[in-house]
This record gives sequence, C-alpha cells and structure tokens, in this order.
Amino acid sequence: MTLLRALFMRLLTMAITLFGVAVVVFFLIRVVPGNPIAMMLPPGATEEDITRLQALYGFDKSLFQQFLIWGGDVLRGDFGTSISLRQPVSELVLGRLPATLELSLFALVIAILLGGLMAFLGTLYRHSMAEAAVDVTSGTALSVPDFLWALVLILLFGVLWPVFSISGRVSPSLDFDFATNFYIIEAALRLRFDVVGHLLGRSFMPALALAIPLAAIIAQLLKQSLKETMHLDYVTLARTKGYSETWVILSEALPNAVLPTLTLIGVQFTFLIGGTVIIERLFSYEGLGNMAIDAVINRDLPLIQGIVLLFAALFTVINLVVDMLCVILNPKLRHA
Amino acid sequence: MSGFLDIKGLTLRLRGGPTILRSVSLRVASGKVHGLVGESGAGKSTIGKAVLGTLPRAIEITGGEIWLDGVNLLALPPRERRRRIGATAALIPQDPLTALNPSKRIGPQITRRLIDILGWSKADANRRARDILDEVHIPDVARVMRSYPHELSGGMRQRVLIASAFAAEPKLIVADEPTTALDVTVQKQILRLINEMRARHGTALLFVTHDLGVVSKVCNSLSVLYAGKVVEEAQMHRFFTQPIHPYSRALLAATPTYLDPDGSLQPVPAEVIQEVETEVHQHAQRAGYDV
Repeated sequence: MTLLRALFMRLLTMAITLFGVAVVVFFLIRVVPGNPIAMMLPPGATEEDITRLQALYGFDKSLFQQFLIWGGDVLRGDFGTSISLRQPVSELVLGRLPATLELSLFALVIAILLGGLMAFLGTLYRHSMAEAAVDVTSGTALSVPDFLWALVLILLFGVLWPVFSISGRVSPSLDFDFATNFYIIEAALRLRFDVVGHLLGRSFMPALALAIPLAAIIAQLLKQSLKETMHLDYVTLARTKGYSETWVILSEALPNAVLPTLTLIGVQFTFLIGGTVIIERLFSYEGLGNMAIDAVINRDLPLIQGIVLLFAALFTVINLVVDMLCVILNPKLRHA
Repeated sequence: MSGFLDIKGLTLRLRGGPTILRSVSLRVASGKVHGLVGESGAGKSTIGKAVLGTLPRAIEITGGEIWLDGVNLLALPPRERRRRIGATAALIPQDPLTALNPSKRIGPQITRRLIDILGWSKADANRRARDILDEVHIPDVARVMRSYPHELSGGMRQRVLIASAFAAEPKLIVADEPTTALDVTVQKQILRLINEMRARHGTALLFVTHDLGVVSKVCNSLSVLYAGKVVEEAQMHRFFTQPIHPYSRALLAATPTYLDPDGSLQPVPAEVIQEVETEVHQHAQRAGYDV
C-alpha cells in the first residue's frame, strides 16, 4: 500500500518535472536570438515570403498560443515535424536514442570496471605507494573534462598510433543488416559476436572519453567507503575465519560500501549522458547528441524540444531506477 | 606443560612509535580457560588480535613466537597463516551490534566459512548451523537463519556470534570482552552460555576482559597486564586468595563485591601505579625498548 503510494508520488513528481522542462525549453529557445524562418529562406527573400512562412509554421501566433498548441499535440503523442529534416520529431528522436543509450551504457560499464578496479587495488594495497598511485591517477583523470579526454584519445589512438576508429558508429564496409537501432544488443542477440566486437571497437574511444571522469569519481568514493568499511567489526571477524584479503574486500566489505557509490553513479550517469552531446560530435557518432547540435545550429525548434524532453524523461527514469536499486540492495530499507 | 596456545616473548610496537607489548608470554592449555585482565589500553585486546592475525597495519610484530596447535604462526607466510587460524581458532567479538554483516542473512554468515574454508557440503553446513543455533538456545532457528542482523536483538545477535564461533569446532576461541556491550541481565546468560558451550566442546578459551568478577566465574588461570607487560600470571584460586603483585592486589581492591558495594570500591592507589610504572620502565631499559 505504502509502496504503491510512494510509486504514485514518484510518477507524479516525474510528470511535474517534465512539464517544467517543457515550459523552460519552449520559451527559452524562443527568446534567444535567431529563428528558423530566417534559416530556411535564401538571402533576398521578401517581407511577404517571411510572413507567409511564419503563418505556415504558426510563428505569427502569440508565444502562449504556440505553447498550448504544441503542449496539446505532445499530450496526444505528436511531437511535431522537424523543420530542417522534414520528418516527424518522434521518429527522428527515437531512431537516434538507441545509439546514444548504447554508447552511454558502454561508457558506464567501462567506468564501473575501471573505477571499481582502481578502488579495489587502492583498498587492497592501502597505506602504500599503490594507493597513492590510485589517488594521483584518479585526481588527474577527474580534473580533465570528458571532451578534452576525447581530444587526447583522438590524438593518441587515432592519429599518432591509429589502433582505434575515431569516427562513426559502424564501418561503411560492415556487411550486416540491422533490424533495430540497438546495434550492439541486436548483434549480441543474433549471436554475431564478430559484429559485436566490431561495434564495441568503433565506440570504444568515445565511450572511454565519457567514462574516464566517472571512473575517477567512482574510484575515489568507492575506495573511501571500502577503507572505512575495512575497519568494521564484521570485516575483522571475516578475516579470522580464514578468508583472503581479496575475498574479504569483495564479499564482506563491497556489498555494504557500494551503496553511496551507487547513488553517485545514478547522478553522474545523467551527466555522462549530457556529455554525449559534445562527445558524439567529436567522434561523428550518429546519436541523439549529434542530432541535438545540428538541431540547435538549424534553429529546428520542434526537434530541440523533442530531444530535450526525451533527455529529461531519461534522467527521471534513471533516478527512479537508482532509487529502486538502493532499496533492493539495502535490506534495512527493504523491510522499512 | 605445553599449552594449545603458547605465546612466547611477544613484542609489538607502533610502526616508528612506542612499544605496545613487552615480551608477553602466556599459555592456554587445551580445554582450559585463560583470562587476560588489565585496564583499558593495557594491551589485552591487542594480544587477542595478534593471535587471530587481525592487528591493524600500523602495528608491527618485532619479536616473539605465537604457537597455535604446535605451529608457530609468525613463521608462516601470511596467506597460510590466515587459513591456519581460520581452521583452528575463532573469535567471539565484543559488540554484537557491529560484528554481523548487515547485508547478509544470518544463515550464510555461519555456513559460508564451513563451505569455503573447511570444504563442507552445503547440506552439511546448513544442518550444522541449525544444530549449533539450537544449542545456543535460539528459538525458531529456521526464521533466524533467514533474518538479517538488524531484525534481531543484541542478545540474540551475541548468541548467533557464539554459535558461529563454535560452528567449525575450533580448538581455541578468543573472546574479546564478549559481555561488555550487553546489559547486565543479558551478560550473565551469555557468560553461562559461553562456559557451557566451551565445556561441552572442550574448547580452549582466551578470555579478554577488564572485569575480575567475570574472570572469577569462568577462568582456570589468568594473566594480569599492565602497560603491555604481564605483571602476574596465576591459577585462579591462588590469585583471588593471595595475589602476589601489588598491582594485582590493587585491582582486586578496586572490584566491587556484592556484600559491601561502596566499601570495596577502592581506586588503585597512586603509589602502586608509581611502583608498576617504575617496574615497567626498568624492564624496558633492561630489554632496550623505548617507552
């Protein structure tokens, strides 16, 4: 009963959040300079042409009226038509979403593995040079933003020592017909692991650029929690039972130490997805973020609105999932 | 007579700092209970930690031997030492509220070591856990095994920890102030339970406490520790009837008795403290430690 109530409250909050985002994005992109009509017309168009086109797209109505029309359509599931690409926004956006999701999840996996490994090594060899090395590495990784890491990776592994692809999601020479836009997941489900390998290789550089700062945060926070947990009585008791230090860290300390890190990953993951906008651009990766930049350049208002709303919806869903995970992993919350 | 646990000349110090234990020797005979008493900071818990291999990294062992079941633990490589300790000894910890892993159910916390370290089958380990929980008078064993620690009371958790310590039939148990964190009514039951279990399983027990009343109830012999040095080692009866060391006499005088609670509470006199300090200093100078 209380659980259902809590869930209902969460959904209500999500709806209000999305409404707020819709209001902000709608009015904000209309008060910044530049408008789509000017982008569409060739130089030397007459006043008459401009008025006609404005009337066609509804830009002659008041901002408030425009918002009501757009809002009403959105509630019916119609996000409008892209001005620059002349296709339904929902189709465009949902077509690109899988690419961004796969990239973000791949980056998340890399960040967790990398950060987790560093935290583990820092805990196993605490109070030694190895821990200092972990601190220095994570501190450095954290103080450089993802788009600079992207440039560093492009320079190192794309130009100086070209071992990784730095452009595009699939190689043009790949002979494989995808039925969905979830390329990696689809290839894995169809057991074409050669294709999975190809795709992971293609997106490894952008994913790594996104992952490095998050890996550093995970390494620092998780190591801190692990070290604190290693002093607790039940960990000491586990040591007297004859387990190795590795086993004690992974089995006794980690399940309890991971909770704060998990919450943090939830928050940081939304930043990571935000980071895809620039990273996808740098690596010419055909995702939502790349599309967002094109949409902004072309002042494609319906498309911008659609993309921003989708990002916002994604963030609220991620937060919900993280909260649920925390409840599942913490027995004290589960029974409360 | 060689004991089951035989500590010879154990000397510990903080890395780059003062000496914590000064050539401590003590032995616990098979199936006997040896008490380790002293004030807070005297180093009694540290001895327990040294035996079980859980000393903080900041403390280093600079000398001595710890013989457990005929093997000098300090001569073993770390991994082997840990397995050896896990297979022959166990700990009953001080605080039952923090000594169980909050994210694991009680059952696995008892059975995992039987399966992982001693190689039992899952069914055997489960049967053993049920039997041993039954033995420590836990009601509704099946439910408790499915519970998480926070769902049990402090007294229940201490029973679980005692059961867990005895589950693998260790030959030595280190009890580190096992009743200090419990309230007085529960203390007595727990003490009786430890004694009863120890007698039934024939386990040697190193009983660390600051409470001479507790020692008089369960121990066969004891060592009195002051500032990291054993000032007296004695059989129980002799210690309570004719303590030799002035510090021991002072400790006894500082223990409340039932008949005269106020009159019997005498703080350790300053002269005695002075005397013991001098003794420790002389010893340190002879042995060349820094104090």
